[in-house]
Amino acid sequence: MPDQLVYAMEVTLNGLMAGVMYSLVALGFVLIFKASGIFNYAQGVLALFAALTLVGLQQGQVPFAHLINAVFGTDLHHFGWHLPAVVAIALTAGVMVLMAIAVEKLVLKHLVNQAPIILFMATIGLAYFLEGFGDVMWGADIKKLDVGLPQGISETIESVTADWFGYGFFIDNLDIVATVVAVALVTALTVFSQYSKQGRALRAVADDHQAALSVGISLRFIWVLVWSIAGFVALVAGIMWGTKSGVQFSLSLIALKALPVLMLGGFTSIPGAIVGGLIIGVGEKLFEFSIGPMIGGATENWFAYMLALLFLVFRPQGLFGERIIERV
Amino acid sequence: MKDMSEGYVTADGRQIGGVLMEMKNITLRFGGVVAIKDISFDIRDGEIRAIIGPNGAGKSSMLNVISGFYVPTEGEVWFKGVRRGPMKPYQVARLGVARTFQNIALFDGMTVLDNIMTGRLTRMKAGLLSQALWYGAAEREEIAHREKVERIIDFLEIQNIRKTPVGRLPYGLKKRVELARALAAEPKLLLLDEPMAGMNVEEKEDMSRFILDLNDEFGTTIVLIEHDMGVVMDLSDRVVVMDYGRKIGDGPPEEVRNNQDVIDAYLGVAHD
Amino acid sequence: MLYREAGDFKTTYREDNQTFPIRFDRIAYYTTVAAAFAVVPFFINDYWANAVFVPFLIYAIAALGLNILTGYAGQVSLGTGGFMAVGAYACYKLMTAFPEMSMVLNVLLAGLVTAGVGVLFGLPSLRIKGFYLAVATLAAQFFLVWLFNKVPWFYNNSASGQITAPERTFLGQFVTGAQTSASAKYLFCLAFVFVLALVARNLTRGTTGRKWMAIRDMDIAAEIIGVNPLTTKLSAFAVSSFYIGVAGALFFSVYLGAAEVGESFGIQKSFLILFMVIIGGLGSIFGSFAGAAFLVLLPVLLKNVLVGTLGWPTDLAAHIELMIVGALIIIFLIVEPHGLAQLWRLTKEKLRLWPFPH
Repeated sequence: MPDQLVYAMEVTLNGLMAGVMYSLVALGFVLIFKASGIFNYAQGVLALFAALTLVGLQQGQVPFAHLINAVFGTDLHHFGWHLPAVVAIALTAGVMVLMAIAVEKLVLKHLVNQAPIILFMATIGLAYFLEGFGDVMWGADIKKLDVGLPQGISETIESVTADWFGYGFFIDNLDIVATVVAVALVTALTVFSQYSKQGRALRAVADDHQAALSVGISLRFIWVLVWSIAGFVALVAGIMWGTKSGVQFSLSLIALKALPVLMLGGFTSIPGAIVGGLIIGVGEKLFEFSIGPMIGGATENWFAYMLALLFLVFRPQGLFGERIIERV
Repeated sequence: MKDMSEGYVTADGRQIGGVLMEMKNITLRFGGVVAIKDISFDIRDGEIRAIIGPNGAGKSSMLNVISGFYVPTEGEVWFKGVRRGPMKPYQVARLGVARTFQNIALFDGMTVLDNIMTGRLTRMKAGLLSQALWYGAAEREEIAHREKVERIIDFLEIQNIRKTPVGRLPYGLKKRVELARALAAEPKLLLLDEPMAGMNVEEKEDMSRFILDLNDEFGTTIVLIEHDMGVVMDLSDRVVVMDYGRKIGDGPPEEVRNNQDVIDAYLGVAHD
Repeated sequence: MLYREAGDFKTTYREDNQTFPIRFDRIAYYTTVAAAFAVVPFFINDYWANAVFVPFLIYAIAALGLNILTGYAGQVSLGTGGFMAVGAYACYKLMTAFPEMSMVLNVLLAGLVTAGVGVLFGLPSLRIKGFYLAVATLAAQFFLVWLFNKVPWFYNNSASGQITAPERTFLGQFVTGAQTSASAKYLFCLAFVFVLALVARNLTRGTTGRKWMAIRDMDIAAEIIGVNPLTTKLSAFAVSSFYIGVAGALFFSVYLGAAEVGESFGIQKSFLILFMVIIGGLGSIFGSFAGAAFLVLLPVLLKNVLVGTLGWPTDLAAHIELMIVGALIIIFLIVEPHGLAQLWRLTKEKLRLWPFPH
């Protein structure tokens, strides 16, 4: 087997793994979009905030220590305890629910019936606020996140592939975990939205706000629910990304990649988010591998967006979206 | 049927001209759904032509075909004796076809005056540079067209809301502004999609008067869709009746009123 | 009582069409312009020029540009930073390739180049709308930044990857480079702002503006009444990008002097300009100025208060600034989606009736 092909296979596999990560973030977008028609730009920052909170709680950091120190001249840092990962994760999930309630009460409630683009811009404002808020609360330094997920190169895969191809593939254990978690999460969410009472209400709201209200569905409850779930998905994504590359601002930018994923997959389709994520993950890795060296590299910065852009020009409704017939 | 190629004289003595637009065997499909099935009719210069039919009969689709928003799957549209090829809606507008919409389609962020001025966009020719400097052609043109628009504002009696943003207006006035915008284009053919839907009796009377006046004064040919039978019978010279995408009647109001198919479509058929 | 229109009758359409129909407004406008050109240059120093006036003027141009695209034509763009970079790099290439060319011409040509690039990235707007388009413009943002970073031709193979503005004069005064005086920088930018704002006003009140707004408010209806969506959207992209390109050229050559693309024209810049437009007021010329002033002054003010007076660490102040800006965006969208411009308009309406509101 020629070496190039084997390399390409490894790149593809790595791309698939990266794609799973994109899909994880994209999933959060799809959930909120389906239930409220809101294109939540803040999803990436939500993941950053969740990861920051998780690290902060786990390490026993004093929230707002910087601010308190600056105002009162104190010198607070840590409470001096370390929480077990499970407890910290549970507490963070609680914080995300509180956040969902706050977002509903302070922002969404006041923006009902506004144009989608206004809501979109409001979430950009939310993203800015949360980014500042997270930094003020927990500090802006790069943090290490460790909740006990396996890391490093999977030796099993390396030895197995070495036997098969004479060349050991380097696959990160964490990526494998992420894949498993993503699959579990998608399954759980699909089951939830298809078979539970809340899931049905959620789909009703997505279809028509007014009509859902008129049959007695509480819009506010649904929104809190959806933002909580999105917060939870953000937490999972935050854990994965944070473990991989540390908790820092760039995490929210990586999450931006979920946007082209969604443009490809269609904003309302959970399978679309998965497939779109995989296509972009593989596409950008392969592009960087084959074309990148010729044009200076770092093409991952824009490849996803360009792909989505070109794709949309030819198929505006995305891979799985339905064609819309315009009427007057 | 008598030959009408040279036009005819209406009941109230108006002379109607030759064929302005002719629809030949129009069929319109969306995927598997047939919205219009093999319909032919003509529209004559200067007449008021109504299209009626129960909900879902395909009336609005027909209007959309006339205005170029939908391209018919089969059939031909002839306008002023020329076959109209596949065209974009804005090209159709430039041929002199204007319309109003069933659900008001005004530009909410603009004032009444600006909305009506958009009706004249196809006639404004000043270049970008002249507009940028607001000097010469652009300013002269703006003022000349403003005068035309003011005449329409007077005609429709909406002087007092000239500078009001359209979003703040009540429904009836919005309908009137929409008509003003269509009129501002000085169209050869004016399409009105349910111009009186949702209006009270008084507003309907006003609107009917405007329609008759503008047909009378400017000689504008009008095609209108309307549910209020009283209005249709009073206003229109000839009526097309549609049901389930087919044409089931065509002729002067009193003739159509007595057509058995039309009665069946509206009242249902007794199966005994 | 001074502020009223009673007795101020218009007898021609020309008078009725003027920008400031109320006499008091006209006087205020002429006074402001006169003061900006004839008074401020004598008092301006380097701190005020660099911290407030020059960035305000340049951002005002960029905000005007984005407002034309987003506020008037309804096409949301997140690629402003990338387009500013096009203006900056085009200006740099022109300055270094044609040392004899007038700086005004350099800036205007940079604007034209950006207009071309803008039209190219505006093409998808014919097929995709709303936030799909917003995300598509991110492609422009990331691709352009990458391009200027990776292709050495754009930065003349400089070792640092930076572009540095050579010294150029206009009317015998330095307008770029280290020797430029505060008042020269200020006046050079002010002249551009003045002319471009007038042009923006004229374009938006006439035929072109109505086409843009028609597409913004209801694109289908606009097409049916005779607006060609292709030329209308592309003209919005072209004009908007021209403004943004001019802003980018000035930002690099006059304000920064040296620039690195990712740092000066990254996605944060796109958001900054977008926020100026939202806070100032979508679809308002005055709003573009108000928004630019607000977001230029806010950090200066916060820094002075939090760092200067209270002695807080700089990074904390920066984070609090993020929170405040984010919260303000949300508050404006909730309370006053038309921004500062609308607040100003409402104040004026109240003033018009004051002191007898009934």
